[in-house]
Amino acid sequence: MQRRLHPLRALKAVLRLTWVELKLFVREPTTAVFVFAFPVALLFVMGEIFGARGDTDLFFRGFEAMDYYVPAYFALVAASIGVIMLPAHLTGYRQGGVLRRFRAALVPMWIVLGAQVAAALVLAALGAVLVWFFGWLVYGVSRPADALAVAVAFIVTTVCFAAIGALLGALLPAPRAAQGAGLMLFFVMLFVSGTGPPTEVMTSLMVTIGEWLPLSHAVLAIQDAWLGFGWNWSALLILAAVALLASLGALRAYRWK
Amino acid sequence: MPPSETVIRVEHLRKAYRHTVAVEDISFDVGRGEVFGLLGSNGAGKTTTVECIEGIRRADGGSISVLGLDPQHQASALRGRVGSQLQESRLPDHMKVWEALELFAGLAPRALDWRELLTAWGLAEKRSASFASLSGGQRQRLFVALALVSDPEIVVLDEMTTGLDPAARHVAWELIEEIRDRGATVVLVTHFMDEAERLCDRVAVVERGRVVALGSPVALIDEHAPELRVVFTAGDRDVGWLAELDHVRAVTQGGPRVTVHGDGPVLAVVAAALVERGIVPRDLRVERPSLEDVFLGLTGHHVED
Repeated sequence: MQRRLHPLRALKAVLRLTWVELKLFVREPTTAVFVFAFPVALLFVMGEIFGARGDTDLFFRGFEAMDYYVPAYFALVAASIGVIMLPAHLTGYRQGGVLRRFRAALVPMWIVLGAQVAAALVLAALGAVLVWFFGWLVYGVSRPADALAVAVAFIVTTVCFAAIGALLGALLPAPRAAQGAGLMLFFVMLFVSGTGPPTEVMTSLMVTIGEWLPLSHAVLAIQDAWLGFGWNWSALLILAAVALLASLGALRAYRWK
Repeated sequence: MPPSETVIRVEHLRKAYRHTVAVEDISFDVGRGEVFGLLGSNGAGKTTTVECIEGIRRADGGSISVLGLDPQHQASALRGRVGSQLQESRLPDHMKVWEALELFAGLAPRALDWRELLTAWGLAEKRSASFASLSGGQRQRLFVALALVSDPEIVVLDEMTTGLDPAARHVAWELIEEIRDRGATVVLVTHFMDEAERLCDRVAVVERGRVVALGSPVALIDEHAPELRVVFTAGDRDVGWLAELDHVRAVTQGGPRVTVHGDGPVLAVVAAALVERGIVPRDLRVERPSLEDVFLGLTGHHVED
Protein backbone atom coordinates (compact mmCIF):
# COMPACT_ATOMS: atom_id res chain seq x y z
CA MET A 1 0.00 0.00 0.00
CA GLN A 2 3.05 2.23 0.50
CA ARG A 3 3.16 4.49 -2.57
CA ARG A 4 6.82 5.37 -2.64
CA LEU A 5 7.95 8.45 -4.45
CA HIS A 6 9.35 7.39 -7.81
CA PRO A 7 13.07 8.34 -7.98
CA LEU A 8 12.59 10.19 -11.26
CA ARG A 9 9.67 12.17 -9.83
CA ALA A 10 11.73 12.95 -6.74
CA LEU A 11 14.61 14.17 -8.90
CA LYS A 12 12.23 16.35 -10.90
CA ALA A 13 10.83 17.76 -7.67
CA VAL A 14 14.34 18.60 -6.45
CA LEU A 15 15.20 20.31 -9.74
CA ARG A 16 11.92 22.23 -9.77
CA LEU A 17 12.48 23.48 -6.24
CA THR A 18 16.13 24.27 -7.04
CA TRP A 19 15.04 26.44 -9.92
CA VAL A 20 12.57 28.32 -7.70
CA GLU A 21 15.27 28.77 -5.06
CA LEU A 22 17.66 30.23 -7.64
CA LYS A 23 15.01 32.68 -8.77
CA LEU A 24 14.34 33.68 -5.17
CA PHE A 25 18.08 34.23 -4.68
CA VAL A 26 18.26 36.56 -7.66
CA ARG A 27 15.32 38.58 -6.29
CA GLU A 28 17.06 39.06 -2.92
CA PRO A 29 19.98 41.29 -3.93
CA THR A 30 21.55 41.73 -0.48
CA THR A 31 22.59 38.08 -0.13
CA ALA A 32 23.66 38.01 -3.77
CA VAL A 33 25.94 40.96 -3.19
CA PHE A 34 27.60 39.33 -0.21
CA VAL A 35 28.03 35.91 -1.76
CA PHE A 36 29.39 37.19 -5.07
CA ALA A 37 31.01 40.53 -4.27
CA PHE A 38 32.69 39.92 -0.94
CA PRO A 39 35.20 37.26 -2.07
CA VAL A 40 36.08 39.35 -5.12
CA ALA A 41 36.51 42.48 -3.00
CA LEU A 42 38.71 40.59 -0.56
CA LEU A 43 40.72 39.15 -3.42
CA PHE A 44 41.29 42.69 -4.64
CA VAL A 45 42.50 43.78 -1.19
CA MET A 46 44.90 40.84 -0.97
CA GLY A 47 46.03 41.46 -4.52
CA GLU A 48 46.82 45.10 -3.79
CA ILE A 49 48.79 44.16 -0.66
CA PHE A 50 50.61 41.02 -1.78
CA GLY A 51 50.08 40.82 -5.52
CA ALA A 52 53.28 42.53 -6.61
CA ARG A 53 55.69 41.23 -3.99
CA GLY A 54 58.58 39.02 -4.93
CA ASP A 55 59.20 37.26 -1.62
CA THR A 56 57.01 34.30 -2.49
CA ASP A 57 59.50 31.82 -1.07
CA LEU A 58 58.49 32.68 2.47
CA PHE A 59 54.73 32.86 2.11
CA PHE A 60 51.91 31.41 0.04
CA ARG A 61 53.33 27.90 -0.06
CA GLY A 62 56.03 29.08 -2.41
CA PHE A 63 53.63 30.40 -5.06
CA GLU A 64 52.50 33.79 -6.27
CA ALA A 65 50.06 35.31 -3.79
CA MET A 66 47.19 35.34 -6.27
CA ASP A 67 47.74 31.73 -7.29
CA TYR A 68 47.37 30.98 -3.61
CA TYR A 69 44.30 33.11 -2.93
CA VAL A 70 42.16 32.40 -5.98
CA PRO A 71 41.57 28.70 -5.22
CA ALA A 72 41.30 29.51 -1.50
CA TYR A 73 38.48 31.92 -2.27
CA PHE A 74 36.56 29.25 -4.14
CA ALA A 75 36.20 27.69 -0.71
CA LEU A 76 35.31 31.07 0.76
CA VAL A 77 32.40 31.44 -1.67
CA ALA A 78 31.06 28.04 -0.63
CA ALA A 79 31.48 28.93 3.04
CA SER A 80 29.60 32.21 2.71
CA ILE A 81 26.69 30.38 1.05
CA GLY A 82 26.71 27.68 3.70
CA VAL A 83 27.10 29.62 6.92
CA ILE A 84 25.66 33.05 6.06
CA MET A 85 23.02 32.61 3.38
CA LEU A 86 21.47 29.20 4.09
CA PRO A 87 20.93 29.42 7.88
CA ALA A 88 19.11 32.75 7.57
CA HIS A 89 17.11 31.44 4.61
CA LEU A 90 16.09 28.20 6.31
CA THR A 91 15.28 29.69 9.73
CA GLY A 92 13.03 32.08 7.81
CA TYR A 93 11.37 29.11 6.12
CA ARG A 94 10.92 27.40 9.45
CA GLN A 95 9.55 30.42 11.26
CA GLY A 96 7.27 31.56 8.47
CA GLY A 97 5.70 28.14 8.14
CA VAL A 98 7.07 27.49 4.65
CA LEU A 99 8.47 24.16 5.84
CA ARG A 100 5.13 23.29 7.45
CA ARG A 101 3.51 23.88 4.09
CA PHE A 102 5.90 21.46 2.41
CA ARG A 103 5.34 18.99 5.22
CA ALA A 104 1.57 19.29 4.96
CA ALA A 105 1.91 18.48 1.25
CA LEU A 106 3.93 15.49 2.53
CA VAL A 107 6.99 16.54 0.56
CA PRO A 108 9.91 14.66 2.13
CA MET A 109 12.38 16.92 3.93
CA TRP A 110 15.31 15.52 1.96
CA ILE A 111 13.78 16.93 -1.22
CA VAL A 112 13.64 20.39 0.33
CA LEU A 113 17.21 20.15 1.65
CA GLY A 114 18.42 18.53 -1.56
CA ALA A 115 17.19 21.54 -3.49
CA GLN A 116 19.08 23.84 -1.10
CA VAL A 117 22.28 21.88 -1.75
CA ALA A 118 21.71 21.92 -5.51
CA ALA A 119 21.05 25.66 -5.51
CA ALA A 120 24.16 26.15 -3.37
CA LEU A 121 26.21 24.23 -5.95
CA VAL A 122 25.01 26.42 -8.80
CA LEU A 123 25.60 29.66 -6.89
CA ALA A 124 29.00 28.57 -5.58
CA ALA A 125 30.09 27.62 -9.09
CA LEU A 126 29.06 31.05 -10.37
CA GLY A 127 30.84 32.75 -7.48
CA ALA A 128 34.00 30.72 -8.08
CA VAL A 129 34.01 31.52 -11.79
CA LEU A 130 33.66 35.17 -10.89
CA VAL A 131 36.65 34.98 -8.51
CA TRP A 132 38.71 33.18 -11.13
CA PHE A 133 37.75 35.62 -13.87
CA PHE A 134 38.69 38.58 -11.67
CA GLY A 135 41.98 36.95 -10.70
CA TRP A 136 42.80 36.28 -14.33
CA LEU A 137 41.74 39.70 -15.54
CA VAL A 138 43.52 41.79 -12.91
CA TYR A 139 46.38 39.61 -11.71
CA GLY A 140 46.89 37.20 -14.57
CA VAL A 141 46.12 34.08 -12.55
CA SER A 142 46.33 31.10 -14.87
CA ARG A 143 44.76 27.68 -14.97
CA PRO A 144 44.63 24.92 -12.34
CA ALA A 145 47.18 22.13 -12.38
CA ASP A 146 44.47 19.47 -12.10
CA ALA A 147 41.04 20.75 -13.13
CA LEU A 148 39.21 17.52 -12.29
CA ALA A 149 40.65 17.41 -8.78
CA VAL A 150 39.74 21.08 -8.29
CA ALA A 151 36.17 20.40 -9.43
CA VAL A 152 35.77 17.40 -7.12
CA ALA A 153 37.27 19.24 -4.14
CA PHE A 154 35.04 22.22 -4.85
CA ILE A 155 31.88 20.10 -5.06
CA VAL A 156 32.70 18.25 -1.83
CA THR A 157 33.40 21.61 -0.16
CA THR A 158 30.12 23.13 -1.29
CA VAL A 159 28.05 20.12 -0.29
CA CYS A 160 29.79 20.16 3.09
CA PHE A 161 29.03 23.83 3.74
CA ALA A 162 25.47 23.50 2.43
CA ALA A 163 24.89 20.65 4.88
CA ILE A 164 26.33 22.74 7.70
CA GLY A 165 24.01 25.56 6.64
CA ALA A 166 21.02 23.23 6.71
CA LEU A 167 21.95 22.05 10.19
CA LEU A 168 22.43 25.59 11.49
CA GLY A 169 19.09 26.51 9.92
CA ALA A 170 17.46 23.74 11.93
CA LEU A 171 19.15 24.63 15.21
CA LEU A 172 19.19 28.43 15.30
CA PRO A 173 16.01 30.06 16.57
CA ALA A 174 15.37 32.90 14.10
CA PRO A 175 16.72 34.58 10.94
CA ARG A 176 18.39 37.38 12.91
CA ALA A 177 20.12 34.96 15.24
CA ALA A 178 21.15 32.90 12.24
CA GLN A 179 22.56 35.95 10.50
CA GLY A 180 24.58 36.96 13.56
CA ALA A 181 25.89 33.48 14.29
CA GLY A 182 26.62 32.86 10.60
CA LEU A 183 28.62 36.08 10.16
CA MET A 184 30.56 35.38 13.34
CA LEU A 185 31.45 31.85 12.26
CA PHE A 186 32.31 33.06 8.76
CA PHE A 187 34.77 35.71 9.91
CA VAL A 188 36.42 33.49 12.50
CA MET A 189 36.97 30.88 9.79
CA LEU A 190 38.15 33.55 7.35
CA PHE A 191 41.00 34.64 9.63
CA VAL A 192 42.31 31.25 10.71
CA SER A 193 41.93 29.13 7.56
CA GLY A 194 44.59 30.61 5.28
CA THR A 195 42.02 32.80 3.54
CA GLY A 196 43.03 35.92 5.47
CA PRO A 197 46.69 36.02 6.48
CA PRO A 198 48.69 33.22 4.83
CA THR A 199 49.23 30.14 6.99
CA GLU A 200 52.94 30.91 7.32
CA VAL A 201 52.37 34.01 9.44
CA MET A 202 49.69 32.51 11.70
CA THR A 203 50.49 31.52 15.28
CA SER A 204 50.18 27.85 16.20
CA LEU A 205 47.02 28.66 18.15
CA MET A 206 45.40 30.15 15.05
CA VAL A 207 46.44 27.13 13.04
CA THR A 208 44.96 24.80 15.63
CA ILE A 209 41.65 26.68 15.71
CA GLY A 210 41.64 26.60 11.92
CA GLU A 211 42.17 22.86 11.89
CA TRP A 212 39.00 22.38 13.93
CA LEU A 213 36.95 24.35 11.44
CA PRO A 214 36.01 23.02 8.01
CA LEU A 215 37.17 25.98 5.91
CA SER A 216 40.89 25.26 6.39
CA HIS A 217 40.41 21.74 5.03
CA ALA A 218 38.31 23.02 2.14
CA VAL A 219 41.05 25.56 1.28
CA LEU A 220 43.73 22.87 1.35
CA ALA A 221 41.69 20.42 -0.73
CA ILE A 222 41.04 22.95 -3.49
CA GLN A 223 44.44 24.67 -3.29
CA ASP A 224 46.39 21.41 -3.45
CA ALA A 225 44.53 20.42 -6.60
CA TRP A 226 44.98 23.87 -8.12
CA LEU A 227 48.68 24.26 -7.31
CA GLY A 228 49.66 20.75 -8.37
CA PHE A 229 50.01 18.93 -5.04
CA GLY A 230 47.38 16.49 -6.26
CA TRP A 231 44.42 15.02 -4.39
CA ASN A 232 44.38 15.85 -0.70
CA TRP A 233 42.57 12.75 0.48
CA SER A 234 42.64 13.48 4.19
CA ALA A 235 41.07 16.93 3.68
CA LEU A 236 38.47 15.49 1.32
CA LEU A 237 37.66 12.74 3.79
CA ILE A 238 37.19 15.22 6.65
CA LEU A 239 34.90 17.38 4.49
CA ALA A 240 32.88 14.37 3.37
CA ALA A 241 32.51 13.16 6.95
CA VAL A 242 31.37 16.59 8.15
CA ALA A 243 28.94 16.75 5.20
CA LEU A 244 27.48 13.36 6.09
CA LEU A 245 27.10 14.10 9.80
CA ALA A 246 25.65 17.55 9.20
CA SER A 247 23.08 16.26 6.67
CA LEU A 248 21.97 13.43 8.94
CA GLY A 249 21.77 15.88 11.84
CA ALA A 250 19.79 18.35 9.76
CA LEU A 251 17.30 15.74 8.51
CA ARG A 252 16.80 14.56 12.07
CA ALA A 253 16.44 18.04 13.48
CA TYR A 254 13.85 19.06 10.88
CA ARG A 255 11.82 15.88 11.16
CA TRP A 256 9.51 16.86 14.00
CA LYS A 257 10.33 20.47 14.51
CA MET B 1 -26.60 11.20 10.99
CA PRO B 2 -24.05 8.40 10.97
CA PRO B 3 -21.50 8.91 8.23
CA SER B 4 -21.78 6.54 5.28
CA GLU B 5 -18.12 5.74 4.73
CA THR B 6 -15.69 6.91 7.37
CA VAL B 7 -12.69 8.72 5.88
CA ILE B 8 -11.28 10.12 9.11
CA ARG B 9 -11.46 8.41 12.47
CA VAL B 10 -10.00 10.08 15.54
CA GLU B 11 -10.10 8.06 18.75
CA HIS B 12 -9.08 9.40 22.15
CA LEU B 13 -6.49 11.73 20.66
CA ARG B 14 -4.16 13.27 23.19
CA LYS B 15 -1.36 15.78 22.67
CA ALA B 16 0.58 17.75 25.25
CA TYR B 17 3.21 20.41 24.71
CA ARG B 18 5.87 21.17 27.24
CA HIS B 19 3.67 22.95 29.74
CA THR B 20 0.13 22.59 28.46
CA VAL B 21 -2.17 19.84 27.38
CA ALA B 22 -3.53 20.97 24.01
CA VAL B 23 -5.74 17.97 23.36
CA GLU B 24 -7.08 16.04 26.33
CA ASP B 25 -9.35 13.45 24.71
CA ILE B 26 -10.88 14.02 21.30
CA SER B 27 -12.80 11.47 19.25
CA PHE B 28 -14.91 11.85 16.11
CA ASP B 29 -15.55 10.31 12.73
CA VAL B 30 -15.86 12.12 9.43
CA GLY B 31 -17.83 10.58 6.58
CA ARG B 32 -16.98 10.86 2.91
CA GLY B 33 -18.41 13.98 1.31
CA GLU B 34 -19.22 15.68 4.60
CA VAL B 35 -18.34 19.19 5.61
CA PHE B 36 -17.24 18.57 9.18
CA GLY B 37 -16.65 21.48 11.53
CA LEU B 38 -14.34 21.74 14.52
CA LEU B 39 -15.75 24.63 16.47
CA GLY B 40 -14.21 26.24 19.51
CA SER B 41 -12.33 29.16 21.02
CA ASN B 42 -8.68 29.87 20.35
CA GLY B 43 -6.54 27.37 22.22
CA ALA B 44 -9.30 24.78 22.50
CA GLY B 45 -7.17 22.24 20.65
CA LYS B 46 -8.69 22.45 17.17
CA THR B 47 -5.53 23.24 15.23
CA THR B 48 -3.48 20.64 17.09
CA THR B 49 -6.12 18.05 16.22
CA VAL B 50 -6.07 18.80 12.50
CA GLU B 51 -2.27 18.98 12.49
CA CYS B 52 -2.21 15.42 13.79
CA ILE B 53 -4.63 14.45 11.01
CA GLU B 54 -2.39 16.20 8.46
CA GLY B 55 0.62 14.28 9.74
CA ILE B 56 2.46 17.45 10.76
CA ARG B 57 2.33 16.58 14.45
CA ARG B 58 2.84 13.37 16.31
CA ALA B 59 0.07 12.48 18.74
CA ASP B 60 0.94 11.45 22.30
CA GLY B 61 -1.96 9.07 22.65
CA GLY B 62 -5.02 7.69 20.91
CA SER B 63 -5.25 6.75 17.28
CA ILE B 64 -5.97 8.48 13.99
CA SER B 65 -6.92 6.86 10.76
CA VAL B 66 -7.14 8.89 7.55
CA LEU B 67 -8.48 7.05 4.50
CA GLY B 68 -7.66 3.87 6.41
CA LEU B 69 -4.02 4.89 6.89
CA ASP B 70 -1.96 6.17 9.80
CA PRO B 71 -0.82 9.70 8.93
CA GLN B 72 2.27 9.36 11.12
CA HIS B 73 3.70 6.16 9.75
CA GLN B 74 2.16 5.92 6.30
CA ALA B 75 2.59 9.52 5.25
CA SER B 76 3.95 8.69 1.81
CA ALA B 77 0.81 6.68 1.01
CA LEU B 78 -1.33 9.73 1.82
CA ARG B 79 0.68 12.14 -0.35
CA GLY B 80 -1.67 14.23 -2.42
CA ARG B 81 -4.82 12.72 -0.89
CA VAL B 82 -5.12 15.30 1.89
CA GLY B 83 -4.92 19.00 1.06
CA SER B 84 -4.16 21.45 3.84
CA GLN B 85 -4.65 25.19 3.81
CA LEU B 86 -2.73 25.69 7.11
CA GLN B 87 -3.25 28.50 9.54
CA GLU B 88 -0.51 31.12 9.92
CA SER B 89 1.83 30.00 7.26
CA ARG B 90 3.73 31.97 4.67
CA LEU B 91 5.49 31.49 1.40
CA PRO B 92 8.82 33.13 0.57
CA ASP B 93 8.17 36.85 0.03
CA HIS B 94 9.58 36.90 -3.47
CA MET B 95 7.79 33.79 -4.68
CA LYS B 96 5.21 34.51 -7.36
CA VAL B 97 1.68 33.15 -7.27
CA TRP B 98 2.09 31.00 -10.38
CA GLU B 99 5.44 29.70 -9.18
CA ALA B 100 3.93 28.48 -5.92
CA LEU B 101 1.09 26.74 -7.73
CA GLU B 102 3.36 25.18 -10.32
CA LEU B 103 5.77 24.04 -7.61
CA PHE B 104 3.13 22.34 -5.47
CA ALA B 105 1.42 20.88 -8.52
CA GLY B 106 4.77 19.40 -9.49
CA LEU B 107 5.21 17.86 -6.05
CA ALA B 108 1.81 16.11 -6.11
CA PRO B 109 1.40 12.61 -7.51
CA ARG B 110 -1.70 13.57 -9.49
CA ALA B 111 -2.23 17.29 -9.87
CA LEU B 112 -5.06 19.39 -11.23
CA ASP B 113 -4.37 22.02 -13.86
CA TRP B 114 -3.13 24.85 -11.68
CA ARG B 115 -4.04 27.45 -14.31
CA GLU B 116 -7.70 26.55 -13.88
CA LEU B 117 -7.40 26.85 -10.11
CA LEU B 118 -5.81 30.24 -10.57
CA THR B 119 -8.87 31.43 -12.44
CA ALA B 120 -11.41 29.62 -10.24
CA TRP B 121 -10.01 31.25 -7.12
CA GLY B 122 -9.86 34.72 -8.62
CA LEU B 123 -6.09 34.91 -8.73
CA ALA B 124 -5.62 35.16 -12.50
CA GLU B 125 -4.81 38.86 -12.29
CA LYS B 126 -2.34 38.21 -9.48
CA ARG B 127 -0.59 35.45 -11.41
CA SER B 128 2.79 37.15 -11.43
CA ALA B 129 2.45 39.03 -8.15
CA SER B 130 4.88 38.18 -5.38
CA PHE B 131 3.52 36.57 -2.23
CA ALA B 132 4.52 39.59 -0.13
CA SER B 133 2.35 41.90 -2.25
CA LEU B 134 -0.86 39.89 -1.79
CA SER B 135 -3.65 41.01 0.55
CA GLY B 136 -4.84 38.77 3.38
CA GLY B 137 -7.77 37.52 1.35
CA GLN B 138 -5.62 36.82 -1.69
CA ARG B 139 -3.14 34.88 0.43
CA GLN B 140 -5.94 32.77 1.88
CA ARG B 141 -7.27 32.02 -1.58
CA LEU B 142 -3.79 31.09 -2.75
CA PHE B 143 -3.40 28.74 0.22
CA VAL B 144 -6.72 27.10 -0.55
CA ALA B 145 -5.72 26.76 -4.20
CA LEU B 146 -2.44 25.16 -3.06
CA ALA B 147 -4.42 22.78 -0.84
CA LEU B 148 -6.58 21.79 -3.81
CA VAL B 149 -3.91 21.46 -6.46
CA SER B 150 -3.18 17.82 -5.62
CA ASP B 151 -6.87 16.98 -6.23
CA PRO B 152 -7.25 15.74 -2.63
CA GLU B 153 -10.04 13.55 -1.27
CA ILE B 154 -9.91 15.43 2.03
CA VAL B 155 -9.42 19.17 2.38
CA VAL B 156 -8.52 20.69 5.74
CA LEU B 157 -9.27 24.39 6.11
CA ASP B 158 -7.97 25.96 9.32
CA GLU B 159 -9.47 29.35 10.21
CA MET B 160 -9.61 30.17 6.55
CA THR B 161 -11.90 33.20 6.91
CA THR B 162 -10.11 34.78 9.88
CA GLY B 163 -8.90 38.21 8.93
CA LEU B 164 -11.22 38.54 5.95
CA ASP B 165 -13.78 41.32 5.66
CA PRO B 166 -17.47 40.29 5.62
CA ALA B 167 -17.76 40.39 1.83
CA ALA B 168 -14.66 38.26 1.39
CA ARG B 169 -15.94 35.81 3.98
CA HIS B 170 -19.12 35.25 2.03
CA VAL B 171 -17.12 34.66 -1.13
CA ALA B 172 -14.99 32.16 0.80
CA TRP B 173 -18.12 30.33 1.97
CA GLU B 174 -19.30 29.92 -1.60
CA LEU B 175 -15.90 28.57 -2.51
CA ILE B 176 -16.03 26.04 0.33
CA GLU B 177 -19.42 24.89 -0.96
CA GLU B 178 -17.81 24.51 -4.36
CA ILE B 179 -15.09 22.29 -2.89
CA ARG B 180 -17.79 20.11 -1.34
CA ASP B 181 -19.72 19.98 -4.60
CA ARG B 182 -16.61 18.65 -6.33
CA GLY B 183 -16.91 15.64 -4.02
CA ALA B 184 -14.18 16.32 -1.51
CA THR B 185 -14.61 15.84 2.22
CA VAL B 186 -13.99 19.09 4.06
CA VAL B 187 -12.72 19.50 7.61
CA LEU B 188 -13.36 23.09 8.63
CA VAL B 189 -11.71 24.57 11.70
CA THR B 190 -13.42 27.76 12.79
CA HIS B 191 -14.45 29.90 15.70
CA PHE B 192 -17.20 31.60 13.70
CA MET B 193 -20.60 30.21 14.68
CA ASP B 194 -22.42 31.54 11.64
CA GLU B 195 -19.82 29.98 9.39
CA ALA B 196 -20.18 26.56 11.01
CA GLU B 197 -23.96 26.78 10.94
CA ARG B 198 -24.09 27.75 7.32
CA LEU B 199 -21.50 25.31 5.97
CA CYS B 200 -21.18 22.27 8.19
CA ASP B 201 -23.14 19.04 7.94
CA ARG B 202 -21.89 18.12 11.38
CA VAL B 203 -19.98 19.97 14.03
CA ALA B 204 -17.81 18.96 16.97
CA VAL B 205 -17.76 21.64 19.64
CA VAL B 206 -14.29 21.54 21.20
CA GLU B 207 -13.61 23.04 24.62
CA ARG B 208 -10.37 22.66 26.60
CA GLY B 209 -9.16 19.75 24.51
CA ARG B 210 -12.38 17.77 24.64
CA VAL B 211 -15.41 17.33 22.40
CA VAL B 212 -18.35 18.65 24.41
CA ALA B 213 -21.01 18.20 21.72
CA LEU B 214 -21.20 16.49 18.36
CA GLY B 215 -23.92 16.52 15.74
CA SER B 216 -25.56 18.51 12.97
CA PRO B 217 -26.09 22.20 13.78
CA VAL B 218 -29.88 21.67 13.76
CA ALA B 219 -29.66 18.68 16.13
CA LEU B 220 -27.30 20.53 18.44
CA ILE B 221 -29.64 23.49 18.59
CA ASP B 222 -32.65 21.25 19.24
CA GLU B 223 -30.83 19.47 22.00
CA HIS B 224 -28.93 22.25 23.71
CA ALA B 225 -30.83 25.43 22.92
CA PRO B 226 -34.40 24.43 22.08
CA GLU B 227 -35.99 27.72 23.08
CA LEU B 228 -37.57 29.85 20.36
CA ARG B 229 -38.53 33.48 20.79
CA VAL B 230 -41.58 34.99 19.11
CA VAL B 231 -41.32 38.74 18.89
CA PHE B 232 -43.96 41.29 17.91
CA THR B 233 -45.30 44.74 18.74
CA ALA B 234 -48.59 44.83 20.66
CA GLY B 235 -49.03 48.54 21.28
CA ASP B 236 -50.42 49.15 24.75
CA ARG B 237 -52.54 45.98 24.92
CA ASP B 238 -51.84 43.49 27.64
CA VAL B 239 -50.96 40.07 26.27
CA GLY B 240 -49.91 38.40 29.53
CA TRP B 241 -52.54 35.72 28.89
CA LEU B 242 -50.26 34.28 26.19
CA ALA B 243 -48.33 32.58 29.01
CA GLU B 244 -51.26 30.21 29.53
CA LEU B 245 -50.91 28.72 26.03
CA ASP B 246 -49.31 25.38 25.26
CA HIS B 247 -45.61 25.50 24.20
CA VAL B 248 -45.22 28.93 25.79
CA ARG B 249 -42.86 29.19 28.73
CA ALA B 250 -42.77 32.86 29.47
CA VAL B 251 -43.85 36.22 28.15
CA THR B 252 -41.90 39.41 28.62
CA GLN B 253 -43.34 42.77 27.70
CA GLY B 254 -41.06 45.79 27.51
CA GLY B 255 -43.06 48.77 26.31
CA PRO B 256 -44.92 47.94 23.12
CA ARG B 257 -42.52 45.09 22.32
CA VAL B 258 -43.47 41.56 23.36
CA THR B 259 -41.19 38.53 23.51
CA VAL B 260 -42.73 35.08 23.92
CA HIS B 261 -40.37 32.28 24.95
CA GLY B 262 -41.36 28.79 23.96
CA ASP B 263 -40.56 25.70 21.95
CA GLY B 264 -41.69 23.64 18.97
CA PRO B 265 -44.77 25.10 17.25
CA VAL B 266 -44.91 28.17 19.49
CA LEU B 267 -45.05 30.55 16.53
CA ALA B 268 -48.20 28.96 15.10
CA VAL B 269 -49.83 28.75 18.54
CA VAL B 270 -49.14 32.41 19.34
CA ALA B 271 -50.19 33.60 15.90
CA ALA B 272 -53.50 31.72 16.02
CA ALA B 273 -54.31 33.00 19.52
CA LEU B 274 -53.52 36.61 18.59
CA VAL B 275 -55.66 36.52 15.47
CA GLU B 276 -58.51 34.98 17.47
CA ARG B 277 -58.44 38.00 19.79
CA GLY B 278 -58.28 40.44 16.93
CA ILE B 279 -54.63 41.32 17.35
CA VAL B 280 -52.87 41.23 13.99
CA PRO B 281 -49.31 42.46 14.46
CA ARG B 282 -47.51 43.33 11.24
CA ASP B 283 -44.08 42.39 12.57
CA LEU B 284 -44.67 38.94 14.07
CA ARG B 285 -41.50 36.93 13.69
CA VAL B 286 -39.63 34.08 15.29
CA GLU B 287 -36.03 34.23 16.48
CA ARG B 288 -34.41 30.85 16.26
CA PRO B 289 -31.52 29.97 18.52
CA SER B 290 -28.17 29.61 16.79
CA LEU B 291 -25.02 27.65 17.40
CA GLU B 292 -23.89 30.68 19.35
CA ASP B 293 -26.59 29.88 21.94
CA VAL B 294 -25.53 26.23 21.93
CA PHE B 295 -21.94 27.23 22.50
CA LEU B 296 -22.87 29.60 25.28
CA GLY B 297 -25.04 26.96 26.93
CA LEU B 298 -22.33 24.31 26.74
CA THR B 299 -19.30 26.31 27.74
CA GLY B 300 -20.74 29.18 29.70
CA HIS B 301 -18.86 31.74 27.61
CA HIS B 302 -18.90 33.35 24.20
CA VAL B 303 -16.32 32.42 21.66
CA GLU B 304 -13.75 35.19 21.49
CA ASP B 305 -12.63 36.57 18.20
